[in-house]
Amino acid sequence: MASADATPVLELSGIGKEFGAIRALHDVDMQVLPGEVVGLMGDNGAGKSTLVKIIAGNFRPTHGEMRFAGSAVHFNRPVDARAVGIEVVYQDLALADNLTAAANVFLGRELKRRFGPIALLDHKAMAARALELFGELRSETRPDDLVKQMSGGQRQAVAIARTRLSNARLVMMDEPTAAISVRQVEQVLGLIHRLKEQGVAVMLISHRMPDVFAVCDRVIVMRRGEKRADKPIHETSPEEVTALITGAKEAA
Amino acid sequence: MAMPMESPITFSNVGKIRWWQRGIFASQTGYVLLALAVLLVIMHFASPYFFTQGNMQNVAKNFSFIAIATLGVTFVIITGGIDLSVGSMMCFSAMITSMVMTELSAPGSPLVHMAADGKTVLANVPGLILLISILAGLGVALIAGLVNGFCIAVLGLSPFVTTLGMLSIVRGLGYVVSNGRGSFPGGPDADYFYALTSGDVLGVPAPFIYLVILALAMAVVLHHSAFGRHVFALGGNEKAAELTGIPVVRVKIEVYVICALAAGLQGIIISGWLGSAPANMATSYELNVIAAAVIGGANLAGGIGGPLGAIVGCVLLEVIRNGLVLAQVSSYWQQTLVGVIIILAVLVDRIRSRMT
Repeated sequence: MASADATPVLELSGIGKEFGAIRALHDVDMQVLPGEVVGLMGDNGAGKSTLVKIIAGNFRPTHGEMRFAGSAVHFNRPVDARAVGIEVVYQDLALADNLTAAANVFLGRELKRRFGPIALLDHKAMAARALELFGELRSETRPDDLVKQMSGGQRQAVAIARTRLSNARLVMMDEPTAAISVRQVEQVLGLIHRLKEQGVAVMLISHRMPDVFAVCDRVIVMRRGEKRADKPIHETSPEEVTALITGAKEAA
Repeated sequence: MAMPMESPITFSNVGKIRWWQRGIFASQTGYVLLALAVLLVIMHFASPYFFTQGNMQNVAKNFSFIAIATLGVTFVIITGGIDLSVGSMMCFSAMITSMVMTELSAPGSPLVHMAADGKTVLANVPGLILLISILAGLGVALIAGLVNGFCIAVLGLSPFVTTLGMLSIVRGLGYVVSNGRGSFPGGPDADYFYALTSGDVLGVPAPFIYLVILALAMAVVLHHSAFGRHVFALGGNEKAAELTGIPVVRVKIEVYVICALAAGLQGIIISGWLGSAPANMATSYELNVIAAAVIGGANLAGGIGGPLGAIVGCVLLEVIRNGLVLAQVSSYWQQTLVGVIIILAVLVDRIRSRMT
């Protein structure tokens, strides 16, 4: 899916969201290009999760317009967002622990073989495809192992493999490195690079400054529901981003 | 990067889990099955009557009487729910079945037309009355299951409270329609009814045959269909199931309907064996059914369970009951022992999962 043209995968203009009297988001403009990794940073309550939920179709924006791959989109449910090619890797990964890695990758999109009127699961094809996806992500994960027995990095790989299955064009990752070990963080950042190589745009929502600076091309800082900065990563520094997050510096 | 298609990954850090640490060998069902085998050997030495053909037929019949309902409730338990209304459902379905059968067969009934030969029209087609009455019994179970499912999945009520209510509603309706009297399967098709419910084929009790067929069907559905996969996913992580686009509401309603239908069928079979459907039939059977499912390895927290476990749980309960009778222990001990076994089975599983 790698495309060299400059049509943004996602384009937001003037997005705002109010919950009753509370203004959670105000006039947010942003663009994400294919194969670009964008870091979305901000303190708790800055509006990051509201923004993610609007893009993922959980909420409808009160104001503004959203364009995906050049055409205007309106999502009523998360399924609508998934249908155009937006996948979310949730913080808790949304995996069923009691199922195997392959079963989780194909959850809700199972491959089946028809025997007359009945359709049975095609275990072999699903395991083979899952193994292929884990190979692409260079994660040592066996399709037949239960997710409950896996490490944090492997679980991330399963959750990310799920987004590869549908050929998503934009993957949003919510705090993927929050609760895992140092070695596993390396693995996850590796996974993000794999996605980028395949031309997938990634939005990384994170609190961890080193991770954002390690993989992102651009960083967007949110504060009090507004976008305060949108800079290429090499034009900024962790110090500046921290100042923007805390409000020591108003905008950049 | 070019990679060979057979194995795109090399596993240098991730070991393979040994066969004896996965699947049935690492499940509570496996341990309880082992315990059951040991118990059977002990029974063989404790009583010469245990392994006689007559006693085995008895055991097979008796555990089949709760095992079909246990299969149904296992579906619900795997999704992380519970159904307390199975006992009442058994009674109500059995009652409706025998009342409809009697009503359709009675010559004076306003519901049926008389044929020229003095019998009712329906009675002239062999088996038709039986079919209609069993469908009526299952029909009421279907409705109760739909109501359970609707309240739990759509209205978001707690499964425990909803089905506790349904336990009372259905039992109450049973008393209302029967006026508290028992009803008896009657009419020209009653003989078919008894043959189908308490008869046997080559010495194998009919309920046992139904059980085996249904258990095999359940195994296929649970492990080889998308629906079964969704049932497990729902029990493992309901939020994940919803986020991945599984039709959570539909799957939930379906499992409660399956459970109610299994209980209804079970009730109809029991009434054939009893020869009647008394209004207090199957009282508190829901506890035996849930106990059997839990002993067999279904996890009330959801995500784990299966037909083999359901059957093993039922067999274990019945062998203990049967064994206590043969050993001439007061039958009052039975209930106490069942309670101990429920706790032991869950305890062993807990210890095992702590060790690995």
